[in-house]
Amino acid sequence: NMVVKLFGQIKAGNPQRVLLCFLEKGIEFEVIHVDLNTFEQKKPEYLLRQPFGQVPAIEDGDLKLFESRAISRYYATKYADQGTDLLGKTLEQRAIVEQWMEVEANYFNVVVLPLVINIVFTPKFDVALVEELKVKLDKVLDVYENQLAMNRYLAGAEFSLADLTHMPGMRYIMNEAGLGSMITSRENVNRWWNEMSARPAWKKLMEMAAY
Amino acid sequence: MMGTILQSRLLPIKLSHSSLLFSPSQHSRSNLKFTSKSSPSTITMASIKVHGVPMSTATMRVLAALYEKELEFELIPVDMRAGAHKQEPFLSLNPFGQIPALQDGDLTLFESRAITEYIADEYSEKGEKLMCPGCNKVKALTKVWLNVEGQQFDPIASKIAFERVFKGMFGMTTDPAAVQDLEGKLVRVLDIYEARLSKSEFLACDCFTLADLHHLPVIHYLMGTDSKALFESRPKVCEWVKKITARPAWAKVVDLQKQ
Repeated sequence: NMVVKLFGQIKAGNPQRVLLCFLEKGIEFEVIHVDLNTFEQKKPEYLLRQPFGQVPAIEDGDLKLFESRAISRYYATKYADQGTDLLGKTLEQRAIVEQWMEVEANYFNVVVLPLVINIVFTPKFDVALVEELKVKLDKVLDVYENQLAMNRYLAGAEFSLADLTHMPGMRYIMNEAGLGSMITSRENVNRWWNEMSARPAWKKLMEMAAY
Repeated sequence: MMGTILQSRLLPIKLSHSSLLFSPSQHSRSNLKFTSKSSPSTITMASIKVHGVPMSTATMRVLAALYEKELEFELIPVDMRAGAHKQEPFLSLNPFGQIPALQDGDLTLFESRAITEYIADEYSEKGEKLMCPGCNKVKALTKVWLNVEGQQFDPIASKIAFERVFKGMFGMTTDPAAVQDLEGKLVRVLDIYEARLSKSEFLACDCFTLADLHHLPVIHYLMGTDSKALFESRPKVCEWVKKITARPAWAKVVDLQKQ
C-alpha cells in the first residue's frame, strides 16, 4: 500500500496542517486514528513514531516523519508540480514563504496555542495570562494587517504554505476561543481569512472533521 | 524542586455519539454496555446523567462520588476539542461552559463540589456515607475540610497538575520556575495536612468523607509526576494518599480513562 499514512485525528490542529497540505496538493492519504482514550500515544510502539507522544506522525513507505511543519514542507517540495503551488516558483520566493512560516511558529503560534489551551481547555483559566496573551496577539495581528494591506497573501500575491500553516490556529481563534472580533475588526486580516477558508481544500477538511 | 518536562500525553478527546452506561455491579470492561443515543431501544433509562470526560479532574470528582454511592449513571462525553462545552446545548446545562454537568431527572447541576454534596445528601442511605455522621459540630468539621480542599489545596495543586501534566498534552512545555514556586506553596499546605492526619484518620474525622474524595483527581495526576515526592515524604499524608487512592470506587474512575 503506497498511500501515505497519517497517525492522528482529524479534529486536532497539527494533523490538520498536514491534511490540508495533502488536500491542496491532491495527495492521497490514509488517516490512522490514534486512540487517545486508551493512551495509545504513550505506548512504546507510538513513541517510536513520535518520541514526544504528539500527533501527527506520518509513514510513507520507508519514510517516517513527525512535526507537522516539517511534514508539510517535505510534501510541498516533493509534489511541487502537483496541485496548488505552496512554495513559490523561485528560491527567493520560497525564502519569503519560509520567512512567514517562521513567523507563524515563533510569533503567532507561541501566543495562540496557550490562548486556546487556557480559554478552551482549562476550566478556571488564568485571566491575567489570557489578557496578556491577547495583547500580544493584537500586536502580531497588527503586523499581519499591515503585510496583508500590501499583499493579497502573506508571502505575496499567491496562497502559500505560509498562509496554510496558520489555518488550524485561525479556526480555533474564530470558533472555540471566541476571539473572532480580533480578526473581523481588521479589514485585511479578515479578507485573508475569508479567502483562505473559502478554498475547496479547507472546505473538504472541515467536512472530514465534522464539527 | 525543579520540575521536569513530563513526557507529553495527548488529551484523549474523541467525538462519540454513543453514551456509556455504567452499573455498580460491573467489574470488567467486557460488561459495559454502549448505547447509541439515537437508538430507540435504549437499554436502561438511568436517571443520573453526567456530561463530561474521564480525563477532567472535575468530572472525576463527580464520578468518584457516584461510584462510592453505588449509583447507576450514564456518562455522556462532551467533545471539548470541538468546543462543544462552549456552545449550546451544553451551555443550557452550565452557562459557564465548564464540565461536568449532572442531570438527575428534572434537576440540572454544575460545579463538581456542589454536585458531590447533592449526591451525598440525596442518596445518604446508599453506599458510602461521605459526610460525617452525627451532630452539627461534626458536620461542620467536614465543611471546614471541604473548604480547605477548595480554597487552599486545589488552587495550588491544580496549577501544578496543569504545568506538569496537561500542558504536555497540548505540546506546551512545563515552566520549571512556576512549578517550583507552586510546590513551595503546596508544601505549606501539606505540612498542615500532616499535622491534621496525625490526629485524625481522614481529614474531617475518622471516616472517609467528601473532604478526602475531592482531593482524589488532582492527587491522582500529581502522583504520576515528580511532585509525588511532596506527598511521599510526609508519612501521614503518604499513608492517607495510599488509603484514598486504593478505594475500589476510585479504581473504577481511573479505569474509565483506559476505555
